[in-house]
Amino acid sequence: MKANSPSVALFIPCYVDQFYPQVGIATLELLEKLGCTVTYPSGQTCCGQPLANAGYARDTVGTARHFIETFNDYDYVVCPSGSCTLHVKDHFPAIDGLEKEQKALEHKIYELIEFISDVLKIEKLEGKFPHRVGFHSSCHGQRGLHLSSGSELNQPPFNKARKLLENLEGLDWVELSRTDECCGFGGTFAVTEEALSIQMGKDRLGDHLKHKTEILTGGDMSCIMHLQGIATRSKQELKFLHLAEILNQALS
Amino acid sequence: MTHPENAAEFLKDSQKAKWHDETLWFVRDKRDKVSKGIPEWEQLRELASGIKNNVLANLADYLEEFERNATKNGIIVHWAADSEEHNRLVLEILQQQNCTAVVKSKSILTEECHLNPYLEKHGVDVVDTDLGERIVQFLNQPPSHIVLPAIHLKKGEISELFHEKLHTEKGNEDPAYLTQAARIHLREKFFAAKVAITGVNFGIAETGEFVVCTNEGNADMGVHLAQVHIACMGIEKILPRRKDLGVFLRLLARSATGQPITNYNSHFRSPSPGKEIHIILVDNGRTAQLAREKFRNSLKCIRCGACMNTCPIYRRSGGFSYNSTVPGPIGSILSPGLDLKKHSSLPFASTLCGSCTDVCPVKINIHEQLYEWRQEVTKTQGEFAKGLSMKLANGIFKSPLAYKISGSLMRNALKSLPNSLIYHPLNIWGKNRNLPDAPKESFQQWYRKNRS
Repeated sequence: MKANSPSVALFIPCYVDQFYPQVGIATLELLEKLGCTVTYPSGQTCCGQPLANAGYARDTVGTARHFIETFNDYDYVVCPSGSCTLHVKDHFPAIDGLEKEQKALEHKIYELIEFISDVLKIEKLEGKFPHRVGFHSSCHGQRGLHLSSGSELNQPPFNKARKLLENLEGLDWVELSRTDECCGFGGTFAVTEEALSIQMGKDRLGDHLKHKTEILTGGDMSCIMHLQGIATRSKQELKFLHLAEILNQALS
Repeated sequence: MTHPENAAEFLKDSQKAKWHDETLWFVRDKRDKVSKGIPEWEQLRELASGIKNNVLANLADYLEEFERNATKNGIIVHWAADSEEHNRLVLEILQQQNCTAVVKSKSILTEECHLNPYLEKHGVDVVDTDLGERIVQFLNQPPSHIVLPAIHLKKGEISELFHEKLHTEKGNEDPAYLTQAARIHLREKFFAAKVAITGVNFGIAETGEFVVCTNEGNADMGVHLAQVHIACMGIEKILPRRKDLGVFLRLLARSATGQPITNYNSHFRSPSPGKEIHIILVDNGRTAQLAREKFRNSLKCIRCGACMNTCPIYRRSGGFSYNSTVPGPIGSILSPGLDLKKHSSLPFASTLCGSCTDVCPVKINIHEQLYEWRQEVTKTQGEFAKGLSMKLANGIFKSPLAYKISGSLMRNALKSLPNSLIYHPLNIWGKNRNLPDAPKESFQQWYRKNRS
């Protein structure tokens, strides 16, 4: 590890911790391969987004305070989820007495791909991943954190994840009909509007199947968990991996 | 019925739901293409938003300026605090004219005020002259979309309806043939009406004129044949200067239907000799919304409907699922201001994907306001939220997996949260979706074992 490497604290969202430990491991290993000193602060929990999006943001003060304190002593906080990152940046309630720390956190927390592209300033990764990969753009990553251009806006097209993936040897990028339509996960929406959520997920999967996606990837495991849940229920052949898993495998 | 119930019902006809989604996506796609033909598109949105912010910050002044100038031009200006007053004013004008048959071009405001049933109750025959609106009027339905009122109906259904109402050939679904039948039918109504009612897209404070945009020219046809023109305008539709139209007319049709401009953009400034123009300036909850800081800028809306076309929920649940005059994302932030209890499920009819905010030509932060309305709904414990929390508390003890997971999280971490909220979902989650395979250890456990 380099002596002057930034000290990175890993923030692993609660559902990744519980259901997808391999995504946490891949994130950790990938960042280390890229020269970072990575720590996983123990005692971290959840960002409180599920509750806030359900209309109970006022009950997330304790969670937010705990989060700010847990991650206070690091140069950067990196998270393999655009949605949770956005929540910390934009939707934390104001915490009395921690104003300075909260402001600092908003500026030092990054989604994984954003961190690799914008902080480590890595333009391309040398590696191999000979598969046909379909990318699911998470709404919070795209429209919230601007990890890629939105189809709604009149702006030059860009996609930070695509830039890293496309350079991998053998990777075949899937062009979708609807490049950035929501998958229908939406947190509590997945259960309060179950019928719509399922239909939206099926439609996203249909787009990938039509364009012969072999591995469906994305920066948010919550979207992937939802899509994978529908795909496995209907016995579809698709494979699902987080971007961190692909990049970590490709670099090994 | 709540939005989820209506949506589930809509999705039962899966073929039609798919068609509805694809039809509106087509409109959204057209909008994308045409907006990308304007290099300064994002600047136009910024300008439009700025002009509207200025209007909202100085609304009273602009309205009075508009009233002064319109009066100078010979327009008779009325003020209505709410829908009742608006409807009463319209009826009074009709009664003064001894008018019992009126033609009306598209106006979401008169839908909002439920003007048609009111006038019909008082013996006035109201004919909507926009083709889509006439179709839904035949069916006794409200519009399901603010720009495309009959978008929920397929050609075959319209053919059948016209066969019954206008005696067209049975089974003839040719759009040109059906439209021609409607033209002939509407022409008679136009000739017979002494009074024509229109909405207003833009009122210009500087000149006292107002602008009505239609694709079919039906507003013009009605107004020019009638003796009296009644224009109904929400007070937020004001623009400071005529030149501001150069921004808004470029955005409106492109956002709405992907056309460069609406076919007819008619300016009404003074009545013709011997005729009358009345304009009714309607509040109906708008000043209350103006006073709500977090929701104020919803009043920037120019009713283009782009947020409906792009919304993955609207496209798959239809306009009627919202049970409100203005459906879709913008309706879901406007309607709770009118009746929070009735519309408490609407702020939750969204994944907060943010597409609505990015298509909005006046840059209303729609998805952020949906999030804020959720906070309001749970505070007042609207029916929807109450149901949700009860379901949550109930669900957690039903699923051993949910209990185990929430238990472990609860112990470690979420001390300050009503945990039930987070992991209840597992029950409904599993109806049409598998759960991920539970790993043998969490990341935390792995890390402790391998790294520390």
